[in-house]
Amino acid sequence: MYRSHVLICGGTGCTSSGSERIIEAMEKELAANGLENEVKVVKTGCFGFCTLGPIMVVYPEGAFYSMVKVEDVPEIVSEHLLKGRIVTRLLYKETVDEEGKITSLDETDFYKKQKRVALRNCGVINPEDIKEYIAYDGYQALGKVLTEMTPEDVIQTIKDSGLRGRGGGGFPTGMKWQFAAAQPKGQKYVCCNADEGDPGAFMDRSVLEGDPHAVLEAMAIAGYAIGADRGYIYIRAEYPIAVKRLQVAIDQAKEYGLLGDDILGTGFNFSIELRLGAGAFVCGEETALMTSIEGHRGEPRPRPPFPAVKGLFGKPTILNNVETYANIPQIINKGADWFRSFGTEKSKGTKVFALGGKIHNTGLVEVPMGTTLREIIEEIGGGIPGGKKFKAAQTGGPSGGCIPAEHLDIPIDYDNLTAIGSMMGSGGMIVMDEDTCMVDIAKFFLEFTVDESCGKCTPCRVGTKRMYEMLEKITEGQATMEDLDKLEHLCHYIKENSLCGLGQTAPNPVLSTLHFFRGEYEAHIRDKRCPAGVCKNLLTYVIDQKKCKGCTLCARACPVNAITGKVKEPHSIDPAKCLKCGACIEKCRFGAIEKR
Amino acid sequence: MSKAKNTVPFKGTAEQKKQLDAVLAELKEVPGALMPALQKAQGIYGYLPIEVQQMVADGLSIPLEKVFEVATFYSQFSLYPKGRYKISVCLGTACYVKGSGDVYGRLKERLGIEDGQCTPDGKFSLEACRCIGACGLAPVLTVNDDVYGRLAVDDVDNILAKYQG
Repeated sequence: MYRSHVLICGGTGCTSSGSERIIEAMEKELAANGLENEVKVVKTGCFGFCTLGPIMVVYPEGAFYSMVKVEDVPEIVSEHLLKGRIVTRLLYKETVDEEGKITSLDETDFYKKQKRVALRNCGVINPEDIKEYIAYDGYQALGKVLTEMTPEDVIQTIKDSGLRGRGGGGFPTGMKWQFAAAQPKGQKYVCCNADEGDPGAFMDRSVLEGDPHAVLEAMAIAGYAIGADRGYIYIRAEYPIAVKRLQVAIDQAKEYGLLGDDILGTGFNFSIELRLGAGAFVCGEETALMTSIEGHRGEPRPRPPFPAVKGLFGKPTILNNVETYANIPQIINKGADWFRSFGTEKSKGTKVFALGGKIHNTGLVEVPMGTTLREIIEEIGGGIPGGKKFKAAQTGGPSGGCIPAEHLDIPIDYDNLTAIGSMMGSGGMIVMDEDTCMVDIAKFFLEFTVDESCGKCTPCRVGTKRMYEMLEKITEGQATMEDLDKLEHLCHYIKENSLCGLGQTAPNPVLSTLHFFRGEYEAHIRDKRCPAGVCKNLLTYVIDQKKCKGCTLCARACPVNAITGKVKEPHSIDPAKCLKCGACIEKCRFGAIEKR
Repeated sequence: MSKAKNTVPFKGTAEQKKQLDAVLAELKEVPGALMPALQKAQGIYGYLPIEVQQMVADGLSIPLEKVFEVATFYSQFSLYPKGRYKISVCLGTACYVKGSGDVYGRLKERLGIEDGQCTPDGKFSLEACRCIGACGLAPVLTVNDDVYGRLAVDDVDNILAKYQG
C-alpha cells in the first residue's frame, strides 16, 4: 500500500512540454528521500487540460499542480510529500480558495460541465498496466457478453443505446454491426479507425494513449457480435506514444487470456493486429483505409458494395472509430438506458472535442450532446485571450465549416451542425477571433485538401485545385465578382460528383464561410481589402505621423530600406518598396505603424 | 513526388541488408505486408531509394512497380535522404491560426530550402507536417525528437543555433 499517488500526465501534449523528465526527476527525488515504497508515481494518459501541461496530480489530497518544471520537483517532494504542506503556488489557480485550501477539480470551470464517458479512465489509470484497467471494471463487459448475452442481444443493446459513429458521419453503430452480422458465416473482420487526420483533432489519440484497453475490449465485443475472429487497428504513425501503448496493451491482454484463443474459456477467439498508416489523410475514409491495410495505395472505391458486405480482403467488415469503441464497454455494463440519458433526441451520449486556436483553455473536453457552443467556448474554454472578439468556431476540420457568433447558442449534435453547414467531424474545434481572415482559412483548408486528394476521381483532383486557385486570386485582390459565382458553382459540382467523403465535403469550408462571411469575400474583391488584416497582398503599412517619434528603429529593421525620415521627425513607408514583412511593427515601441 | 534530385549515391551496408532480409522473411506470408515492410525498410535505411524498393520487391515476390506505387503514395515514405536534423513545422489548423505559417516561412528563409528539401551539407531538412496533436503548445515545431512549442518567429534563430557546430 502506498500512502500517496503522484499522477503525471504522459500524453503527447505534456510529453512535448517535458513530462518525461519530470517523471524521472520525481522518481529520483523520491528515492533520495527514501519514499519509493510510500509514494507511487503513475504515468497516466491525458487529463485534457493540455494548456496547463505538464500536469501532476497528487492524491489523496487531489492537488492539481500545473505547468510543473523539473526544478519544482524537490520542493513538491520535501514540502508536500514529506511534510504534508501543499505547494500552493504551483496549484492551478481555480483549485485553490482564498484561504489556500484545495477545492475540487470537478468544480473548476473547465471540468464542471464535462461528462466523462469515453475519457473516463484518461488521466486516472496507468495505461500500460492492464491490472489498473481491470480494477476500473475493465473487461467486465467482455465477460458479460461472452457468458450472458447472445450476439443478437449485444447488437440490440448497441442499437437501443442510440450510439452513432464518432468519426464524423454519425451512422448508427448498431445498424452497422447488424448488417455485418447478417452476412453468412465465415471470415469477417473488425477494424478500428485510429487514423485521426483532421488537423487540430486529437481525441482519439488521447483515448488510445490514456485507455487503450477500452478499445481492445470493445473490438472483441464487436467481434463476438458479428462473428469475427480478427481485428485490425489502423493507426497514424505520427502517434508514436499511442502505438507503443496499444502494442503493450495487446500483449498484456493476450497474456491475461483476454485476447487470443478461447477467451475466458468460452471458445470465442479474437486477435488484434496493429497496422500503421503512413501519412495519407484519405485513409480515414473507410474503403481507402481497408485498401491501405491490404497493402495498396490508399484509394477509396465506390460503394456499394458496403464494407459490411464486402470489406477488408473482400470479406464482411465493420469499421468504427476509436471514440465510438471507447463508449461500448460502458454501454454494455451500464445499459442502453443509461447511455440514452444524456444527449439530444437524435444524438445520444457525449462527444469529445479537441478545443484549440484562440482560446484560453486549450485541451480535450467531453460534454453531453446538446451542450451549446457558447458553454464550450466561454465557460469551459475560458473565452478568448487578449480581449479579442469571437469570430467563428471551426468544426469538422477540412470537411466542416465555420460557425459564426449568431449560432453560438444552438445545442451541438450531428443534425444541428449539419443544418448550419458544418459537421460534427471527429471533434476538432478551432476557435477564431477577429484577427482571423475567413477567406484565408478557407484557402488553408483547400490547400490541405489539394495536397491530400488521392487523385482517383477528377472532381476532387482537379476541382479542388481550381477552387484553391480562385481563392488565391481573391486573397491577392485579383478576383472579380464573377469568380465568386464560379467558385460557388464549382463547390456544388464537386460536392455532388466526388467519389468519396473527402471530395464530397472538401467544399464545405468555402461554402460555410461564403454563407456566413460573404461580406469578407466581397471586401477582398471589390475593395481590395482584407478586413482582418491577414492577406498580405491587400495590406499597406502606414506610419501614423502623429504617433511616430522618429526613433529610427523601424527604418533600421526594414530589410529593404523602404522606411525613410529624419531622426526625431515622423518617418514614412514607401509602399512600392515595402515587402509587408511586418518587421517594423515588431520594433515600434509607440504603436505608430498599422496595417490597413 | 518530391521535386528534389537525389544526388546522394546509395550507400547500404551488408548489415542493413541482413536486417531487411530478416524482416522480409518474417512478413512474406502476412496479408497486406507491403506497408509494414516499407516502414521497416525506411527505419533501417532512413529512406527508400530505388535500390531498397527493389530489395523489398524481391523479398516479398511482388513487382517493383507495385512497391514504387505504394512508396510514392504515402507522404511518410521518402525516396530521398533526410538531413541529420529533421525539422518539421506543424501546419495543422490550431498551429496555423496561431502563426506557424510565419515560423515556417522564416525557417525556409534562413535555411534557403523549400518543403521536403535538405541543406547541401546534409545537416537540416525541412518539412511541413500535419497536426502532431500538441495543440496546447501551438505553434509547434520538432527537430528530430525535440519539441518546441509556443513559438514566435524570432525563436527560429535560437533553435537553429542549438544545432550548429
